[in-house]
Amino acid sequence: MTHKGSSLYRGYALFLLPGVLAFLVLILFPFLANIGLSFTKWSGVGKPVWIGLANYERAISDSSFWASFKNNLLLIVAMTIIPTIVGLFLAAFLFDYIADKFGQGVASIFRAGFYLPQIIPLVVAGIVWRWIYQPQWGALNGLLRFLGLDSLARPWLGDHSTAMYAVMGMMVWFQIGYPLVIFMAALQRIDPELYEAAALDGASWLQKFFRITIHLIRPEIAVVVLTTAIHALKIFAPIYSMTRGGPGKATIVASYFSYQNFFERSNVGYGATIATILTLIIVLLTIGFILAQTRREE
Amino acid sequence: MVSKSLIADGVSKSLSLVILIVLLLAVLSPFAIITFNTFKTEAELYTRGPLSLPKSLDLTTLRETWARVDYTTKLMNSLVISTAVAFLAVGLSLLNAYALGIGQIRGRAFLLVLFILAITLPEEVLAYPLYYFFKSVGLYNTRLAVILVLTVLHASYGTYLLTSVFSVFSRELIDAAMIDGCNKLQLLFKIIVPLSKPSLSVLFVFFFIWTWNAFFLPLIFLVSNTKQTVPLAAAVFQTQHETLLTPQSASAFLGVLPCLIFFVLFQRTLTKGITVGALK
Repeated sequence: MTHKGSSLYRGYALFLLPGVLAFLVLILFPFLANIGLSFTKWSGVGKPVWIGLANYERAISDSSFWASFKNNLLLIVAMTIIPTIVGLFLAAFLFDYIADKFGQGVASIFRAGFYLPQIIPLVVAGIVWRWIYQPQWGALNGLLRFLGLDSLARPWLGDHSTAMYAVMGMMVWFQIGYPLVIFMAALQRIDPELYEAAALDGASWLQKFFRITIHLIRPEIAVVVLTTAIHALKIFAPIYSMTRGGPGKATIVASYFSYQNFFERSNVGYGATIATILTLIIVLLTIGFILAQTRREE
Repeated sequence: MVSKSLIADGVSKSLSLVILIVLLLAVLSPFAIITFNTFKTEAELYTRGPLSLPKSLDLTTLRETWARVDYTTKLMNSLVISTAVAFLAVGLSLLNAYALGIGQIRGRAFLLVLFILAITLPEEVLAYPLYYFFKSVGLYNTRLAVILVLTVLHASYGTYLLTSVFSVFSRELIDAAMIDGCNKLQLLFKIIVPLSKPSLSVLFVFFFIWTWNAFFLPLIFLVSNTKQTVPLAAAVFQTQHETLLTPQSASAFLGVLPCLIFFVLFQRTLTKGITVGALK
């Protein structure tokens, strides 16, 4: 026991062995291989042919590539910006008002209800909404006709001008519950005395909301914004089940475009390029975000 | 004056509740619509529209869809894959985090960054090399392939989360156990595991549900009908039966149903877990 402290905590590397080995074989190696493939032309059979940066040049001049990233940006609006703002107000409303007037139980029921879409597989959520958007027998057009708004009824997912908005609508529905649950938990750790002091100073609800609530739960807002933005960039399943990127390129996203190149068009090298660019964007976003956070904390 | 403001208060109180209920019903309506139309016949849908309540609980569509997608097999596949991944990924996270959070490992920070990057990685960037690799070693179109990849991906998250839990674990307790002659395996299974059961069970539930809901990797690794999972079956069914509306509704209903059951079972763990995950 002479080297107490330090020596007690040595020799743990053996426990890392299975994890690190599995990580190398199933994540790191495929990841590097994909980057390697992005510099080649390969159909999946035979030998890959080295073509340098040609795939990257092709991406820059490819309208499908730009369309897919534009749609990923629209998904950030639907999955990050709208749910964060709505979630903030809804959480504050449930926490300050509903829980206060009707009890914690009622607020919890609403929270659980809004969270419910989050637990179903996104591909199934896509199928549910495809059904709702169905042109002749879908519930949305059914509802519009019922309300006498027949002129608004349309093939939502089949129409170039509405397809992406229809996808966005479904994603807002899916995503609202996530910020709500996190923000409601965050509100619980705010000292109520802060609100009481503000109330004594004559602050209105909105003033308290902007000056105290938003300010104090900034760490949670940051986490929600980062995780949902990454999620929006990676989205695949609902596009697969709702539109397959169509009509035309109206709802194509980066991951679906890459999947098409891999498995439908046998452009493995080009698919790898798109996947690599997507990864680069996500990694840069994450690093930039974490740096901004730590700088703010200092 | 007092009574007037009381009335105004009562009105705004009930008004806010009504607005909230309408909002909630709007959010829940897709579930209701799918359920209603699963129990209608095709003819009833065409005559009475998608919004009406079903006249009777007609189980024909549901039963036929169940048989046509071989739902029992899909349920078993999903159950086997999700349970295996949950166990393996919790175990792997535990071992990793034990070394990184309790032990002193050289390159700890670097390894943690690697794991965090693995969490954020889009699956497409692993897809083709893994697809090729599994084909060459004979694991393509096996449940094991999906289990292996999802275990490692989820364990990245678990490692990151558990490491931060373990790094604040009571050092006095560990020191005392070690001085009493406890070896590293005993320390792990007699002290660390029992005391971190809440975190481990949250991870288990998370991994189970994430795996159940996974789509992209099962889509590219599981091609044969007998290997596919519930979400995959719903998507495949939809493409094969484009024109039949009530069976499509039924397949969506069958895709949603297990998750509703999990939600009822794990509601507390889920909401607790996502907040824990967000703050660590």
